[in-house]
Amino acid sequence: MNWLSQIFAVTLFSLRTIPQRKGSALATAVGIAGVVAVFVGVLSIAEGFRAAMTVPGADDVAIVLRTGADTEMTSGLSRDETRLIADAPGIARTSDGALTSSELFVMINLPKRSTGTDANVPLRGVEKAAMAVRGDIKMVEGRAFELGKNEVIAGVGAARAFAGLDVGRKVRVGQNDWEVVGIFTGGGGSAESEIWTDASVLQPAYHRGDSFQSVYAKLTSPAAFTEFKDGLTTNPQLKVKTMLQSEFLAEQSTMLTTFIRSIGVSITALMALGALFGALNTMYSAVSARTREIATLRALGFGATPIVISVLAESLVLALVGGAAGATAAYFAFNGFQASTINFQTFSQIAFAFTVTPALLLNAIAWAAIIGILGGLFPAVRAARLPIATALRET
Amino acid sequence: MSTNGEALVRVENVEKSFKRGSEQIHVLSDMNFEVPRGEFVALMGPSGSGKTTLLNLIGGLDRATRGSVKIGEDRIDNMSERQLAAWRARHVGFVFQFYNLMPVMTAARNVELPLLLTHLSKAERRKHVALALDVVGLTHRTGHYPRTLSGGEQQRVGIARAIVTDPTLLLCDEPTGDLDRKSGDEILSLLQALNRDQGKTIVMVTHDPHASARATRTVYLEKGQLLNEKPE
Amino acid sequence: MKYLGLIWSNLKRKKLRTWLTLLSIFVAFILFGLLFTIREALTAGVSVADADRLIVRHKVSLIMTLPEAYLARMKQIDGVESAIHFTWFNGIYQNEPKNFFATMPTDPEPFLDMYPEYLLPEDQKQAWLTTRTGAIVGRVLADRFQWKTGDHIPLTSPIWPRDGDEAWEFDIVGIYDGAKKGTDTSGLFFRYDYFDEARAQGKGEVGWYAVRVSDPERASQVAAAIDGEFANSPYETKAEAEGAFVQGFAQQIGDIGTILIAVLSAVFFTILLVVGNTMAQAVRERTEELGVLKAMGFTNGLVLALVLAESCVIAAVGGLAGLAVAWLIGAAGSPAPSMLPVFYLPTRYLLIGVLFVFGLGIVAGILPAIQAMRLQIAVALRRHGG
Repeated sequence: MNWLSQIFAVTLFSLRTIPQRKGSALATAVGIAGVVAVFVGVLSIAEGFRAAMTVPGADDVAIVLRTGADTEMTSGLSRDETRLIADAPGIARTSDGALTSSELFVMINLPKRSTGTDANVPLRGVEKAAMAVRGDIKMVEGRAFELGKNEVIAGVGAARAFAGLDVGRKVRVGQNDWEVVGIFTGGGGSAESEIWTDASVLQPAYHRGDSFQSVYAKLTSPAAFTEFKDGLTTNPQLKVKTMLQSEFLAEQSTMLTTFIRSIGVSITALMALGALFGALNTMYSAVSARTREIATLRALGFGATPIVISVLAESLVLALVGGAAGATAAYFAFNGFQASTINFQTFSQIAFAFTVTPALLLNAIAWAAIIGILGGLFPAVRAARLPIATALRET
Repeated sequence: MSTNGEALVRVENVEKSFKRGSEQIHVLSDMNFEVPRGEFVALMGPSGSGKTTLLNLIGGLDRATRGSVKIGEDRIDNMSERQLAAWRARHVGFVFQFYNLMPVMTAARNVELPLLLTHLSKAERRKHVALALDVVGLTHRTGHYPRTLSGGEQQRVGIARAIVTDPTLLLCDEPTGDLDRKSGDEILSLLQALNRDQGKTIVMVTHDPHASARATRTVYLEKGQLLNEKPE
Repeated sequence: MKYLGLIWSNLKRKKLRTWLTLLSIFVAFILFGLLFTIREALTAGVSVADADRLIVRHKVSLIMTLPEAYLARMKQIDGVESAIHFTWFNGIYQNEPKNFFATMPTDPEPFLDMYPEYLLPEDQKQAWLTTRTGAIVGRVLADRFQWKTGDHIPLTSPIWPRDGDEAWEFDIVGIYDGAKKGTDTSGLFFRYDYFDEARAQGKGEVGWYAVRVSDPERASQVAAAIDGEFANSPYETKAEAEGAFVQGFAQQIGDIGTILIAVLSAVFFTILLVVGNTMAQAVRERTEELGVLKAMGFTNGLVLALVLAESCVIAAVGGLAGLAVAWLIGAAGSPAPSMLPVFYLPTRYLLIGVLFVFGLGIVAGILPAIQAMRLQIAVALRRHGG
């Protein structure tokens, strides 16, 4: 019998004995399924969060804040400053003028639909050009707010997460109730967690006089950013900083994504360790239960390598079965799950959906395979080293 | 049937049957059997004749379907599990075909096991263990683990464990079944000596005529019935 | 215990398996400890909130300011014993956004009176009262940046630029400790008079008020009276018990916290399942040995106890070590001080952990132990050799 068919025969033989060890084999598979599910689950939060904090489409929107401000909330710009910003080079223009939107970014407290507890929901006052600047805002229900009126529109994420954000309902802004007139999508980006209204009606409601907090500008192309930035920083009348919206959003979420990732990775690592011990235990007992069998095979002339490979294969099969089950379960349990949490950096809620990406699944199954191989390796070596004569006598 | 002297073991009208699937299997039927104090009885018979079952009934390891089992003054067939356990600890020693030693304990610790059930102090237990190991001739092996002992030595540890509580009755199930002739002979000599010098009553199940020859009496079983003569 | 030797020998039977099982349990209980540490961190403050205190904020949102002039009016309200205000300063050290921590200007003396859980030595208190630029920092924060009293630190605030756009300068005059284990000591407090005079804009605006009521039984009436006092003004208020305020804040983390806890629990129980199975299997493999013990006269109860004791010993060694490590992780400080300022494993959860440890020992042992107990000796002995 050649080497390959030896491996094949022995492996098949050992796989066939799995049903005799149902309990421990199942426990191993369950343990590994757990690792995979946890890995996928936790990292799908980070993925979903990342997706919610990105900008869809071309990377040609810049945000301008006051120097020293690290969030919109802590920034402040006067009407004069926003005019100067709109005159900067590199900004796309239409017949109506520069594609910029000077914006206010405040909070209102709305109860979460899931728990009924208060949450800080971002309320953004925008100018007419805001939709054109972003380019991907679409009304999916109702209509856009009318300028000058106490009306708001809500992003789909916010509408899903917070109570009262239904077309026709009213939310309290300042001392008055404002009507929700529409729901919009923003290509899955961060705008979907926000409520929008006309900046000019929000200013008095929040005692902001004629000031803003940020300016969003559509550039003629992503490459025009340098020109735009230089135009602003060389203007002695302006004390502002600018960055691409994508960079800005990434920066806004570093703390939370790092937090989720580090917690996710440490939990998964611990869990993997636990599962590895479980797998080792199972495979060691599988080997010891089959001591006599293995010795008999050796006595019949089977080589040590096929034995090693058969044990490894068994462990790998258990790991992959468990891993696939865990990944499937995690996909159905987590993918698309709607959640919201506070982003401490902006002090505002962000609504997002858990996102299980194929890369994440593959990654998780790779983990499972590693656990399977490690869990099988040492027992396999022990099996191969069994002294045949004594092992034959073992009961 | 010789009944000289007082009977230590008295099995009366015992029936033992169990169900296998829908079939009722009679292992023992209407069994009457006595062992006088101080006797060394060999129970012989083909596989499935019911000899191990009879031994288990005498040792209180199994319960009869019907009938009574009396050992000395005690009726063990209607004892509770708890009473039976206490009774076994005090009155019976078992010797098994495969020795059944705890692989994780030294010879001495194995012999000590039954003593844990007594109120003896550690020092007293140690003394009894030493004595029992001396009786079986293994004083030089006390610290060894079973896997480092030969089959004959392991069985001698098994016998030491059986006698360490000084029971009146020794029950042996194929004590030489797993041993070569020479070791088997040594074990049989040991059992004979225990019977002769210490007055132990011994019931030994065996299928080896060589072993039964050492007993003071041989009883034959076949299909759950006692035969007084060796069957042809 | 004369049976200890027996239990010990059994644990040594398969040393590797015992070790692996121990380690699995160890890992599971580290996770258990972390689970409750995070849980505590997420609900931090609720458990140490004072029933005597209310928090009064702008009705629309905490980020909106209230007039400082409310202080005097608030003190007039029946049932209000004292009141102070805070303002969110958002201090950043060394212009590095991640070096951010809770920084609030307030009025030193009434502040320390209202928050007896902040322990500040008397001489440091005096120094704060006499130093206009003085600031006190919590122990956790001081450790984070290795600050000590006498240090001079510049901070920037994106919300509150200083007149002339310079950095804010503070002299650390004191380091406060928490009176209770859960007290948050990750903040910096400095003087409002210095703040109000030097800030470039928004003079006379404060963030929120803390109010001590004379009778906690009447706290909700007092809260209603405060809100009533300022109703229909441009700055309406929302007053609520400190506990509710802190809890509301914690709930903002919401889903993430719930999910983390759910995931950790799932992990914990998965590991227990795997471990329990291994332990159960270890007993099943010894069926015939247990049969021999019973033949020797070991009672059913004794066999049950021995098997349970064995699984409890494994659970206890692994589990208690895991809990200890989790406790040490908590004691070593928060991995994310700006998000989870309070990070420790409270004693009550430690005790729950200990219960779980023995619960595991018993649950993992009980099924095989009962099997062992019910074992027909004759059957057990016959199993040998196949």
